[in-house]
Amino acid sequence: MRLPSWLAQHLAALRALLVFTVLLGLAYPLALVAVGRIPGLAGRADGSLVSVNGKTVGSSLIGQSFTDADGNPVPRYFQSRPSAAGDGYDPTATAASNLGPESVVDTIATNPDDARQSLLTQVCSRSKAIGDLDGVDGRRPYCTPDGVGAVLAVFRADGLTGPVTRVVSVNQVAPATPFVASYQGLPVELAQPGHDYVAEGGVITPIRGDAPAEPAVPADAVTAGGSGLDPHISPAYAEIQVARVARERGADPAAVRRLVREHISGRALGFMGEPAVNVLELNLALDREFPAR
Amino acid sequence: MTTTTAGVVFLLSLAAALVAVHKPFGDYMFRVVSGARQSRVERGIYRLVGVNPAAEQTWAVYARSLLAFSAVSILFLYAFLRLQNHLWLSLGFPPVMTHGAWNTAVSFVTNTNWQWYSGESTMGHLVQMAGLAVQNFVSAAVGIAVAVALVRGFARSRTGELGNFWVDLTRITLRILLPIAVLGALALMFGGAVQNLSGGTDVTTLTGGTQTITGGPVASQEVIKELGTNGGGFYNTNSAHPFENPTTWTNWLEIFLILVIPFSLPRVFGRMVGQSRQGYAIAAVMAILALASVTLTNVFELAGHGTVPQAVAAAMEGKDVRFGVSNSATFAAATTLTSTGAVNSFHDSYSALGGMMTLGNMMLGEVAPGGVGAGLYGLLILAVVTVFVAGLMVGRTPEYLGKKIGSREIKLASLYFLITPVLVLAGTAAAFATGNSSTASNVGPHGLSEVLYAFTSASNNNGSAFAGITVNTPWWNTALGLCMLLGRFLPIIFVLALAGSLARQKPTPASEGTLPTHRPLFVGMVVGVTVILVALTFLPALALGPLAEGL
Repeated sequence: MRLPSWLAQHLAALRALLVFTVLLGLAYPLALVAVGRIPGLAGRADGSLVSVNGKTVGSSLIGQSFTDADGNPVPRYFQSRPSAAGDGYDPTATAASNLGPESVVDTIATNPDDARQSLLTQVCSRSKAIGDLDGVDGRRPYCTPDGVGAVLAVFRADGLTGPVTRVVSVNQVAPATPFVASYQGLPVELAQPGHDYVAEGGVITPIRGDAPAEPAVPADAVTAGGSGLDPHISPAYAEIQVARVARERGADPAAVRRLVREHISGRALGFMGEPAVNVLELNLALDREFPAR
Repeated sequence: MTTTTAGVVFLLSLAAALVAVHKPFGDYMFRVVSGARQSRVERGIYRLVGVNPAAEQTWAVYARSLLAFSAVSILFLYAFLRLQNHLWLSLGFPPVMTHGAWNTAVSFVTNTNWQWYSGESTMGHLVQMAGLAVQNFVSAAVGIAVAVALVRGFARSRTGELGNFWVDLTRITLRILLPIAVLGALALMFGGAVQNLSGGTDVTTLTGGTQTITGGPVASQEVIKELGTNGGGFYNTNSAHPFENPTTWTNWLEIFLILVIPFSLPRVFGRMVGQSRQGYAIAAVMAILALASVTLTNVFELAGHGTVPQAVAAAMEGKDVRFGVSNSATFAAATTLTSTGAVNSFHDSYSALGGMMTLGNMMLGEVAPGGVGAGLYGLLILAVVTVFVAGLMVGRTPEYLGKKIGSREIKLASLYFLITPVLVLAGTAAAFATGNSSTASNVGPHGLSEVLYAFTSASNNNGSAFAGITVNTPWWNTALGLCMLLGRFLPIIFVLALAGSLARQKPTPASEGTLPTHRPLFVGMVVGVTVILVALTFLPALALGPLAEGL
């Protein structure tokens, strides 16, 4: 029996697909799984797991949170970056924040479930919290002293032009104090929950303030990474944590600083990537050398 | 070394490596696509498939074979996704819902790899390796096969024959993609990429929390995802995930894998038409556009304009520490200049102008250097348009490589060019008209950018995203699936038809009035035509999105 040519063609396609599925979809990956069993490669193919006293505590490639059950930093450990993966460093829900560079207005809702922090406010509040924890200056440009985005909605008589009629600090609610008392001679109001000041015609105006352009709290400390599992922090972020960690462990800050330096991985071949400190490996070394009292 | 210096050296080392390998590797690929001797394995495959490797096909038969293979692939993958809960290694995941399975099946068969889902919470290991990763290989081979068929159209004359699709598919997969994939996967495993069948290891962290360390056949999928310019991550965070891209040097390697085939194909083109310098001219166009784009992306990201980057003092949101700003920007440019769409950092959080570069790279039609095969045939179409424009200016019949660009040829080239803008702009307009744009997580101009990016990415078969937008709805999955399907196969049909009509012609000997197509003048003209066509088409949309946000 001769099949019509269109059918023969599709049957050939199906046979080709099945052949390639066996070859590329089974033989190729499974052969590599088998190769991954050979000693030397096996640890890596299995996820670079790290054990302490025979108990697996994580993977040296996957970051983890060093926080207590309530999510507060455990001060004797170096802290990881913020993470957008699940509740933080959840490998079953990896994600980035995907918030844009002009995400500066919080959604302040009457129902707390509908409330959403802008990226700017997240950055400001992290910076303030880290500043308080590590005893450094937590101020940043475009941030209020109470750690939210310093953003005004400026209402003008004719929309975009004309005299200013009303000014609202959109990310601050009572009982806060407006980060500036007045703007162009008008008193600055606090935001009311449930209002969308952009829709109401306010022009969103971030206020730079007088914080230093290079804040004491480094950039990686206040931003979520791409993977949500970033195992590293910058050497600068490790440095501002040294004093706190040393104090909590009753160790000499110079000795802790030496340990940090030993854990800085430089750029591969001198030019690839950025210097970084693996937080889990550093904390494991700390536990070995300076066990918590 | 400062960040900027290191970033420049990183870029130069990539360029140097590509310059070094394009010739031997291009020559190797040339032998693969023009050789007639079949290995024992290949003969076995032809017998199993039931095709005669010596039989040549006309453009129409070639296209029908390709479409049949792709149609069967979509149905097969759809069924695979719908039935994954009954299969081995499903990790207990339920079947993928209908509109999601449609979208993903189309996405991987069209070399797009747009992903509405999180790999780690949706796909079992078997469907990843035997469903999705297989398409990573064969959809890449399909792209290269189409490019080769078009070049045969230029190289051959007075014939209807363009080669044999099944032979091209098999030889490209087995002789080009698979060997490099094996070597690359081993390198990635050495760097720390995982390759196992584990369903996850539960651990108790140092502070007493719990964490599930995920497993999977990741390295084998990661390498072909880059090499075949596919881009579909095993995990949600794609090449930012430390198990996909563990170190700074694997990052370099992955960018190199993305670029190596697209930048070596012009050499194949030059060899096939018997004039290597024609290949160099095409490679020069790609290199000029790519260098300009990657440089600008780096400049914009390192400058870090915008309120949040200024508050942070660096555009670090959505970027991992080991890669830093510069190497992330370089990856972002490479992945959008090709049709890859893998990401090692999240474009949605880029500075407004840096994000615009990634969008602009895709709007360029992904020709610098473009996806595997798709980049070469896209650029050859633009070269045909350029020759036509130049011919109009001096009033001579345009010709390219001895083939006349007549009305049929220019109609096919124009149709090819028009498809993506129509899909992108109509799709974006439809999203706003129907209210489906409201799933964008950002508001204002950035929200428009998210919608525009989604349609640009799908229609150009890129697959990266301004990922803040929620696209896991029936409307989005259906609409983007259609864009991917039409954005892939309509251009392919036009390219093959063009190849057929070129192959039938007899060659016209070059005369005094023939525009030399290997000189810097022509290179500059192709660059100009490409940029002007794109600017005319997309500037209004860009002005409402990233330009409004960034200026």
